Amino acid sequence: MVASNQLQMQTYRLMLRIRKFEEEGTRLYKAGRIPGAYHASIGQEAAIVGACTALQAGDAMTGTHRSHGHPIGKGADLRALMAELMGKATGICKGRGGSMHLADNSVGIIGESAIVGGGIPLATGCGLSAKVRGVDQVTLCFFGDGAVNQGTFHESLNMASLWKLPVIYLCENNGYAITTSVARSHGQTDIAKRAESYGMPGATVDGQDVRAVYAATSEAVGRARRGEGPTLIEAKTYRFDEHQVGLFIRGEPYRLPSEVEEYRSSRDPLVAYRKWLQSEGVDESILTATEMEVANAVAAASKYADESPFPDRSTLYDDMYSTPLTAFASLDV
Amino acid sequence: MSTASQTAIPATGASSRMSYLDALVQAQIEEMDRDERVILMGEDIAVYGGGKVVERFDSKRVWSMPISEASFAGVGIGAAINGLRPIVDLSISSFIYLAADQIINQASKLRYMTGGQIKVPIVFRCCMYYGAALAAQHSDRPYPLFMNVPGLKIISPSSPADIKGLLKSAVRDDDPVLIFEDTKLWPAKGDVPDDADFLVPIGKAVVKREGSDVTVIAIAGAMRPAMEAAEALANEGISVEVIDPRTLKPLDMETMLHSIVKTGRLVIVENAHRLCSVAGEISAIASEQTFDSLKKPVQRLTAPDVHVPFSPPLEELLYPNKDKIIAAVRKIAG
Repeated sequence: MVASNQLQMQTYRLMLRIRKFEEEGTRLYKAGRIPGAYHASIGQEAAIVGACTALQAGDAMTGTHRSHGHPIGKGADLRALMAELMGKATGICKGRGGSMHLADNSVGIIGESAIVGGGIPLATGCGLSAKVRGVDQVTLCFFGDGAVNQGTFHESLNMASLWKLPVIYLCENNGYAITTSVARSHGQTDIAKRAESYGMPGATVDGQDVRAVYAATSEAVGRARRGEGPTLIEAKTYRFDEHQVGLFIRGEPYRLPSEVEEYRSSRDPLVAYRKWLQSEGVDESILTATEMEVANAVAAASKYADESPFPDRSTLYDDMYSTPLTAFASLDV
Repeated sequence: MSTASQTAIPATGASSRMSYLDALVQAQIEEMDRDERVILMGEDIAVYGGGKVVERFDSKRVWSMPISEASFAGVGIGAAINGLRPIVDLSISSFIYLAADQIINQASKLRYMTGGQIKVPIVFRCCMYYGAALAAQHSDRPYPLFMNVPGLKIISPSSPADIKGLLKSAVRDDDPVLIFEDTKLWPAKGDVPDDADFLVPIGKAVVKREGSDVTVIAIAGAMRPAMEAAEALANEGISVEVIDPRTLKPLDMETMLHSIVKTGRLVIVENAHRLCSVAGEISAIASEQTFDSLKKPVQRLTAPDVHVPFSPPLEELLYPNKDKIIAAVRKIAG
C-alpha cells in the first residue's frame, strides 16, 4: 500500500512526467530535433516509479539504455534531461551522453550503461562502498530481461549475496530484448526464481501496478538497510512502443499487434493508477491540476532545450581527465 | 646501476634497499594506512606477494574475490564512483581481457560521458608473467591495446623506487590507472625512499643513462638488457642515452624528443608485440616532430606478431635481448 496521500500524488506526478516527457521526446525525435537513437519508457512507468519512490534522497541507482524514466522517477529536473537528448551544452552530461546515458548524479544515478548488463557490477560495487563506509545507503539497480543472460548478472548477484550488500536488483521484464522474447532466450523464464540459486530472496510483481512494485521494493529496501542483503525483483511490464522510435523490423512480427493493443488499452499503468486514485477519493480537480503542471513542466523543458546552445568546439576535451592532459589534446579543433 | 630517478630522490630522505615487489607491496600498505578509502580487491591476494597486506588489514579493506574478473572489475569501479579508492589486482595480465568491458566501457568513459559528474579513482594491477614457460594464455603484455583507449592512464616503470612512487601517485589520482608490472622486475633490487609521501608523477619519463650518440627508449623488462647493452657499447666508444618512459599513457614525449633531437638516432625496445606497439607510437611521433633531426631510420625491437610458445627455446626467440639491442644500435650508430 502507498503510505500517504502526498506519496500517492508524487507517484502519479512522476509517472506522468515520464509519460509526457517521452511523448514530447518522441515528437522531437521524429521532427529531427533529437539525434541518435530514442528508446522510450512508455508503458514501463509503474515499474520505474514504484521502485524509485521506495528510495530515500541519498540512495544510489544505475540505469540502462532505456533510461529516460529512471532519473525522472528519482526526481530529476526535466530541463537538463531534454537538453541532453538534443546534445546541448546545458544537458545533464553537457551533450556527452545523450539518450542512452541520461545519468543525473544529483539524484543519485552513478551511470546508465548502454552495454546490456554493464551497470550490474557498478551497482554491486556501489553497494560494497556503502558497506565499507558504513553508511545508510541502498543501491537500486535497473536492468532488463535481456541483461539477465549476461555473465555480469550471475557474477554480481553471487557477490552481492556472498557479502550481503545493500543492493536491489530490479529487472524490468518487458518481455523482449529488442525482438528476442524471454521464451526464446531464457532456460528459466521465471526470472525471480534465479534469486534462489544465489541465496537471496526473489519476488515477481505486476510491473503495471505501481503499488505492487512500491510494496515489493520497500520490503527489499528495508532488508538492505537492516544489513540482510540484496533482493532480486522481477517487475513484469511491457514496452508500448517499438524498441527504438522509428525502427522498422522486417519479417514475421516478433510480437502480435493484438498483444501490443491489449496492453495499450487495458494494461496502461497510468490509467490504472488514476482510476485507483479516484476510487480512493482523490478529487478530479487535483488530478487535472497535476496533469496541467506536468504538461507545463515538459513544455518548459522542451523550450529550454530548444533555446540552449550546442557545446562549444573548445569543450571537446573537457572532462576526459581530472586534470587536462595536454599530450592528448593535440587535435586541432 | 645509477639512475636519474634515484638521483631525483630527496637527498635528505632515508632510503632502503628492497625488491621491486617489496616496493610495490610497501606502496599499497602505505596508501591503505594513509587513506581508509583505499581498499584492495583481488583473487588469492596472499599468494602473489600480498601476504603482508592481508595480515595488516581487516576484511573491509581487503576483499578476496571469486573468479569473476568481468564483474569484480566493475564492482571496483562502482565502489570508486561511490567514494572509495580501490586497487583491483587482476593478477596475470592476460585476465584483463575478461575485465576489459568494464575497464573500457565504464571506467574510462564515465567521467566524460557524464560531463564530469562522476569520477572513477581506481587502480588496476596487471602482472606480465612472460618468459616463464606459461604459454600464450598467461604470458601477454597487453598494454598497447589499452593505450588506444582514451580516458585511461597507464604506467609500467622499471625500478623499485619508480613503482613505489608511481603506484602511490596512481592511488591518489582521480582517474583510472592501469599498472602493467613486469614480473621479471619483481626480484630486482634498488634504493627506495622511506618517505611515505614520496611520489613519482604520472606522465614523466626519466633518463636512466646519459649519452650523446644514440637514444634507446626501453620499456619495463626491456630496461635491464638496454642498460647492459649501453654499458657494452660504451666500451666501443658509442655513447647511448637510455630513457624509461615509466608512464605509457600519457607518454612524456618532451623528454624523449629532447633526447632524439640531441642524438638524431633512436632505438625503441619493448616486449609487447610489434603491431601498434608503444615503439610504433613513439617512432611515429618522432617522425612527425623531429624528422629533420633524425640521421638514421628509427629501429624498433619488439616481440614479433606471433603468440608466446610454451617451449622455452622457442619463447626465448621472442624478446629483444642485449645482443639484439647492441646490433640495432650499431646499425645506426655510424
